[in-house]
Amino acid sequence: MQIVTPEFGLIFWQLVIFGIVLLLLRTFAWKPILSALNEREDSIENALRLASQAKLEMQALQAGNEKLLAEARLERDRILKEATDVSNKLIEQAKNKATEEGGRMINQAREAIQNEKNAALAEVKNTAAQLSIDIAERILRRELSDNAAQKELVNSYLKEVKLN
Amino acid sequence: MKRLLIALFCILTLPVFANEPAATTAEATDKEAFSPGEMILHHIGDSHEWHWFSTDRDDHYTTYLPVIAYRPNKGLSVFSSRNLAEGKEYDGLKLEHEHLEAEDGSKVYDFSITKNVASLMLSALLLVVVFTTVARGYAKRGTGAPKGIQSFFEPIIVFVRDEVAKKSIGPKYKRYMPYLLTVFFFIWFNNLLGLLPGGANLTGNIAVTLTLAVLTLLITLFSSNKNYWHHIFATPGVPKALLPIMIPVELIGILVKPFSLMVRLFANITAGHIVILSFISLIFIFRNVGVAPVTLAFGLFINMLELLVAILQAYIFTLLTAMYIGGAVEEHHDADYQMGGGDGADNAHANHAH
Repeated sequence: MQIVTPEFGLIFWQLVIFGIVLLLLRTFAWKPILSALNEREDSIENALRLASQAKLEMQALQAGNEKLLAEARLERDRILKEATDVSNKLIEQAKNKATEEGGRMINQAREAIQNEKNAALAEVKNTAAQLSIDIAERILRRELSDNAAQKELVNSYLKEVKLN
Repeated sequence: MKRLLIALFCILTLPVFANEPAATTAEATDKEAFSPGEMILHHIGDSHEWHWFSTDRDDHYTTYLPVIAYRPNKGLSVFSSRNLAEGKEYDGLKLEHEHLEAEDGSKVYDFSITKNVASLMLSALLLVVVFTTVARGYAKRGTGAPKGIQSFFEPIIVFVRDEVAKKSIGPKYKRYMPYLLTVFFFIWFNNLLGLLPGGANLTGNIAVTLTLAVLTLLITLFSSNKNYWHHIFATPGVPKALLPIMIPVELIGILVKPFSLMVRLFANITAGHIVILSFISLIFIFRNVGVAPVTLAFGLFINMLELLVAILQAYIFTLLTAMYIGGAVEEHHDADYQMGGGDGADNAHANHAH
């Protein structure tokens, strides 16, 4: 059969032309194409890796932010508590001071009253002494002869003093 | 796939040949009876001129191709095939059923640019132009997204690399990529060119498939390591007594693999052409317009099928080549899996592919 008999010429040309095509395509097509494909695959892989890395970093950053926020919240609470404490203490202090001052003023007043009272009593005593001296003077100046009369006179003067 | 084709072929061509004598007697008055077998063989075979079409009045529209003949006693002679047309004789040479022969019966080496060689050159040019254009796309766009023709071929190239080469050959696949890609696109492009009206049946020519198969065989043998040969001459797991049988079987296996590649591609493509031509022949056999729609519908269907077969056969040839190479460069053989031959898995695949 002719169709299953390989022709020598066609084998020759097939070898030559296929060989040339193979060499040409290897140098000018397959090598650049395959290396470009590899390059692109590498770059895509790199990009994907970088993206996942960035995502992890983002997550870490977010976690850090949340931590910071929590810390800030705690700090705020602490400051608020401190401020309340300080204000309470101040109020307490002021109250105490006021009470103390009041007490002190009352004592002062008491003291003053006492002093006034003492001064007044001293004055009364002085006056009484003056009066006694005056009386004594007057008795001495009047008639020193009559004893009875003198006694009466002293009594009357004493009455006067008591009334006074 | 192939079985389906063969079945179709059998059913649909038997009546054709059965009708032939009847048709011949019916058209006995005609100057020349239509012989579908002859027509088909003429179409699927090679010729020294590129015949496009003929008219009813016997006008032939033909491109005459150069004849290059080498005779040891007369040397090289180059002339147009017009000189040999219709059985003419030139420079002591004549065409006997498209076979160049010397008048004196001496030996002739025919290096003619036949229809198939011309088609081969055309497809070579096409391949180089197409894939250097694709490569230019990569040079221009770098690692950017592919565009145009580049984006059409990229998935196919990536498929051959990832699904065929990487899976069948393993880590050493890179060395064989140029051959695998070239073989794949060469077969595919020529299968498609062969389907064009007036196209040559290049990949359905035994000389072409023989050359490709021999190249695969040589690459397999030259890249084979000691594991491969160890497998052939001392198949693991086989008793020593059986080795006298096993060694010849394995050695035959080396040759059977490329032989199957050669026959598979040749038979698939040629069968497809024969089926299409048979449908077309029906019109001329029945000489009835009524047959035309049926013929057209079936012809169109087979043509569509052939478009699929074109890429499928390219894929199978490339895949099997990659598997044979993979078997030859494999570093570690597992005796349990590889019992009965270094290509046990490969053969299973080969049968499956059909």
